[in-house]
Amino acid sequence: MDFFNQDLTSLHADLVAKKISAAELTQATFDNMAKTDAKVDAFLNLNADAALKNAQAIDAKGINVDNLLAGIPVGVKDNIVTKGLTTTAASKMLENFVPVYNATVVDKMLANDMVIVGKTNMDEFAMGGSTENSAFKVTKNPWDVSRVPGGSSGGSAVAVASGQVPVAYGSDTGGSIRQPASFNGIVGMKPTYGRVSRWGLIAFGSSLDQIGPMTRTVKDNAAALNLIAGNDVHDGTSSKREVPDFTAGLTGDIKGMKIALPKEYMGDGIDPKVREVIKNAVKQFEDLGATVEEVSLPHSRYGVSAYYIIASSEASSNLQRFDGIRYGFRAQDVKNLEDVYVRSRSEGFGDEVKRRIMLGTFSLSAGYYDAYFHKAGQVRTMIIDDFNKVFNDYDLIIGPTAPTPAFKIGDEISDPVTMYMNDVLTIPVNLAGLPGMSIPAGLADGMPVGLQLIGKSFDESTLYKAGYAFEQATDFHQATPDLGGTN
Amino acid sequence: MNFVTTIGLEVHVELKTNSKIFSPSPVQFGAEPNANTNVIDWGYPGVLPTANKGVVEAGIKAATALHAEIEQETYFDRKNYFYPDNPKAYQITQHEKPIAHDGWLEIEVDGQKKKIGIEEMHIEEDAGKNTHASTHSYVDLNRQGTPLIEIVSKPDISSPAEAYAYCEALRQRIQFTGVSDVKMEEGSMRVDVNISIRPAGSDTYGVKTEMKNLNSFNYVKKSLEYEEQRQQRVLMSGGQVQQETRRFDETTGKTILMRVKEGSDDYRYFPEPDIPVVEISDDWINDVKATIPEMPGSRRNRYVNDFGLTPYDAGVLTQTKEMSDFFDATVAQGADPKLTSNYLQGDVNAFLNENKVDLQDTKLTPENLAGMIKMISDETISSKIAKKVFKAIMAGSDPVKWVNDKGLVQLSDPAQLQPIIDNVLENNQQSIDDFKNGKDRAVGFLVGQIMKQTHGKANPKVVNKLLMASLQAR
Amino acid sequence: MAEERINAEQVKHVAELAKLEFTPDQLDMFTGQLEKIIGMFEELSKVDTTGVPVTSQVNDRRNALRDDVAVQSNQRQALLANAPETAEGLIRVPTIIDESGDGE
Repeated sequence: MDFFNQDLTSLHADLVAKKISAAELTQATFDNMAKTDAKVDAFLNLNADAALKNAQAIDAKGINVDNLLAGIPVGVKDNIVTKGLTTTAASKMLENFVPVYNATVVDKMLANDMVIVGKTNMDEFAMGGSTENSAFKVTKNPWDVSRVPGGSSGGSAVAVASGQVPVAYGSDTGGSIRQPASFNGIVGMKPTYGRVSRWGLIAFGSSLDQIGPMTRTVKDNAAALNLIAGNDVHDGTSSKREVPDFTAGLTGDIKGMKIALPKEYMGDGIDPKVREVIKNAVKQFEDLGATVEEVSLPHSRYGVSAYYIIASSEASSNLQRFDGIRYGFRAQDVKNLEDVYVRSRSEGFGDEVKRRIMLGTFSLSAGYYDAYFHKAGQVRTMIIDDFNKVFNDYDLIIGPTAPTPAFKIGDEISDPVTMYMNDVLTIPVNLAGLPGMSIPAGLADGMPVGLQLIGKSFDESTLYKAGYAFEQATDFHQATPDLGGTN
Repeated sequence: MNFVTTIGLEVHVELKTNSKIFSPSPVQFGAEPNANTNVIDWGYPGVLPTANKGVVEAGIKAATALHAEIEQETYFDRKNYFYPDNPKAYQITQHEKPIAHDGWLEIEVDGQKKKIGIEEMHIEEDAGKNTHASTHSYVDLNRQGTPLIEIVSKPDISSPAEAYAYCEALRQRIQFTGVSDVKMEEGSMRVDVNISIRPAGSDTYGVKTEMKNLNSFNYVKKSLEYEEQRQQRVLMSGGQVQQETRRFDETTGKTILMRVKEGSDDYRYFPEPDIPVVEISDDWINDVKATIPEMPGSRRNRYVNDFGLTPYDAGVLTQTKEMSDFFDATVAQGADPKLTSNYLQGDVNAFLNENKVDLQDTKLTPENLAGMIKMISDETISSKIAKKVFKAIMAGSDPVKWVNDKGLVQLSDPAQLQPIIDNVLENNQQSIDDFKNGKDRAVGFLVGQIMKQTHGKANPKVVNKLLMASLQAR
Repeated sequence: MAEERINAEQVKHVAELAKLEFTPDQLDMFTGQLEKIIGMFEELSKVDTTGVPVTSQVNDRRNALRDDVAVQSNQRQALLANAPETAEGLIRVPTIIDESGDGE
């Protein structure tokens, strides 16, 4: 069974019509994974036994005809905790850690009859943009296995792009859903901060983190966001706003939509081939009856510095709980308490995590707080103000998701500053808490290029509407990587 | 040389809520180790704190009791440090925008009243508990997340005696709000002190030393007295006071160096991103204020002005909220305030001391105490019988029923008493003769005989009156 | 900002705060990298932020408060099972020598 070319609507129709059972679909998924994942290493840990049991139970009670996600196999990023299923955040620190509770999004997946097939690889604790920072394996880009899949949700992106699952969930702190979506030619949504509960998401930057769906099509993505969105009593920062049906209003008609193109997003730091793809996308939107005008986000260039101070500071505090005392890794042969702390943390964390902890600890430390953490918080306000001004006049902002297509494995990992600059286009969205989505917009030298759509707070609907219209008018989303005939 | 002493107090008070400040685990003393914990209390990966509304309201009550200004927008901060009883390696506290600031307390030392300023009051989470053995330490996280308020004084306290009075006043006012038991012995009130001295006339503060977790108000006073003297000796001998943390040794009454502080600790405070800002509207404050019990000062005025008690008695009755509430409830049942006051300070207090219990742990109820006092007032029982009734009500008996069941109602009816008196006189001619001969002692003997006949139930006043009349008539 | 943004001594100090330790080679690497990254951060000093408030949260909530109701999780056994060392329902650690670690 090959469901690579099917979207959720058609898979759902097959499930409802009993052309295939959820159990068969699950089994087919694992069969396909055995071949495909050996080439791309998207998954860290499979959930085969439980998944098949769940699928059988779903078959037994019948597929809910109103739920596009019922019986659908899903990959879950390994920083989202799953009760009874090892959750490592791709860190040696949690190598054998078995959570005792489910993330709210996981509870929702299970309650809505999704079948969790496994946990996807990522940069350790979601820190990185290439998935090379995993303590366990390097995930490969299915379009060219010598290239990175992006990150940190690289495993989720590849699981979808390589046809292993139609939906995977990731998390995005500074671009970790959108950038790998861009690198793999799929759709990735970072919802508005507070749209989705963070309960059970292993915290990185608490004021920035959001969980979001990664899919092959815009409509699939909207359905996958429907399933996880909404207020949660366990997360005080989750919004109480009503959640609209994101699949509604996908008509393809965006006439009169006012779209802004920030000049800073099309500047010198952007690969000319990427700019070319985006220029074509702009034309496409104009052809669809939208207006596209150049605007300025003057402080966005400071976003990278502000972000790396804020995210690292929050992370330095969030990761202090990994101390070798209550759970997770504890160093061997420790003599005293200080040893437990220092050796467990020094042996348990990888270099990038240590770098961020060091940066954050430094930025918060006495004598530096004002120049770094405080200043970054002020710059964050200015970045938000830039967005607010644009959104006074426009419905949507577009631009590239990443400055370049996927780079080669090993090329940038030793140069943190270059690596950090890759996030320049996605970071401001997290700083402002806005929704951002990457959709396939074409290829550059055979590698996918993503178009980023940025919306007003809690206006994911407009992103889906515009993304859907673009998708219907183009065939980029139908392009698939060739992994040597296995698909 | 004369020195001026400056003392600062940081007092932690454990709040008596149902659930913890950032997790719904129960707040409960004496449970099995780690029984009252959940994934939040353990700082599990992926958990988030949710703030307890009851704690914010307790904070509003405490702030009101301390005459402090309540912040309209308050938020939490993280204080970062590693310790086994601190599972997240940060404590969620308030650093930048505490819930209240600029309050005061009135103290009295040697008849002199003084206002002590309160710098700020914040709400935060308590840590777990470590116990230490030779090779290992053990962590119980039951206490982790118990809500605390921390009250920081302004540098207005200038003597150990004032520090003692401040602790007393603080304990009393907090206790009356009902937000905490404020018991030093159970750890629901913990006191850290710091002290510095400077030569009179100097306007810069001296170097502080601090002492943490003192176990009683007495130790607060004694440790400060010792420190005051020690610092004076250091300065007088030309030395310099070091910024250090010291420990009070309860057996020697001396303070001992624990560690020298080099600079300040670097706790890397920053705003807690997981908990949204708390807005405290005037309406909310007013709603909460309406639920705050009457404060001791107001109660004392009422006891003196409305009930005619002495200021001393009013003071004793308002030492604790339990006693004052009990007094009010008893009087509300119709008992005479003065008699109630006498009983609470006398027999009841003696019972509490003897049995080493708190009022709320006895079987005595305001209804029963009032029932007994009313029977005394209307002469249903004699004070002699009252002694027996008191024992009964301390054992939980209904005094009216008990007195009736035992047939101990006082005999005050002359029609019932006269025949008994006549009978006693018939059989004691000698005493009548003695009386006639001016021997007053004879009356006492006759009364005793009458009491014996009535099993102590005769109303002594009525007996006296009837007996005198009968004797005169003979 | 000073010419030298961060040196090996400061890196060591920050590592102590963060409970990390580095080999001499690692210390060199991290010092060099942190120097570069913090160098990048210094572009922020060019932004005039006079009077600009700090944003530390972007949620849309106020007073996200839970009613004071206790819930017993009954997770004790599962939690203790994940701890590296326990004894009689307690979490065990090597003896705490430094009593001053507590911030209070």
